Amino acid sequence: MKTINKFTMTFDSYSSNEYFARAAVAAFVTQLDPTLEELNDIKTAVSEAVTNCIVHAYKDKIGKIYISVDICDGGIVKVKIRDKGCGIPDVKLAMEPLYTTVGGERAGLGFAVMESFTDGIRVVSKIDKGTIVTLTKKLELRVKGNA
Amino acid sequence: MSVKISVKGEVVTAYLSGELDHHSAREMREAIDSAIELNIPELLVLDFSGIGFMDSSGIGLVMGRFRNLQRLGAQLHITGTSPQITKIMKLAGIERLAKLDMGGFKVENN
Repeated sequence: MKTINKFTMTFDSYSSNEYFARAAVAAFVTQLDPTLEELNDIKTAVSEAVTNCIVHAYKDKIGKIYISVDICDGGIVKVKIRDKGCGIPDVKLAMEPLYTTVGGERAGLGFAVMESFTDGIRVVSKIDKGTIVTLTKKLELRVKGNA
Repeated sequence: MSVKISVKGEVVTAYLSGELDHHSAREMREAIDSAIELNIPELLVLDFSGIGFMDSSGIGLVMGRFRNLQRLGAQLHITGTSPQITKIMKLAGIERLAKLDMGGFKVENN
């Protein structure tokens, strides 16, 4: 999978940045001329991953969230969301629908939504080092190559 | 983000607008809960026709209100959801908790 075009950004884990993060990723992906549904799917999955960084990884503090977006051959979009927070002790358990550690009004559906709205998700996590979530989405190509 | 509340008899309708995420959910939750507390309705209608984007924070909002209404013996009705919102609602199985109207039509109360 060859990257044609890449975008990276770093921002603080304030919840007020959730809107900015998904809007910025969507704006970059727009050059592939995605359908509204494809764009919404990406925005939703990114919003879930960023919210996890804010609510879980940096639970009681503000840290940096790193996002990179690769536009690859064949209309494949790869979004990497990385934090340097607390890490996930059991990734498999964390990804189970309805599982949540914070209770309250979190539905425990973040990973389930990411899985269902993308074509691939990979989660790598290390305690006290952080977590990398890589989301892959294949878009129906209407514009060839690097538009 | 905003919530407009309308009360007609035993029905409280909350018209939600803007983008519903973890950041905005708190303010919406507080507005809806104070309307429930104040009016003790028999039915709460959550109208999503003004919501342009929602992630799973919206599911938390719906499930939390459902629990509060259950304590009062009241019903929940969800209306005006876009295809994107409907997709998340269905993923979460919300139709088992609430009456779900898709496609943005409004509920008329007398």
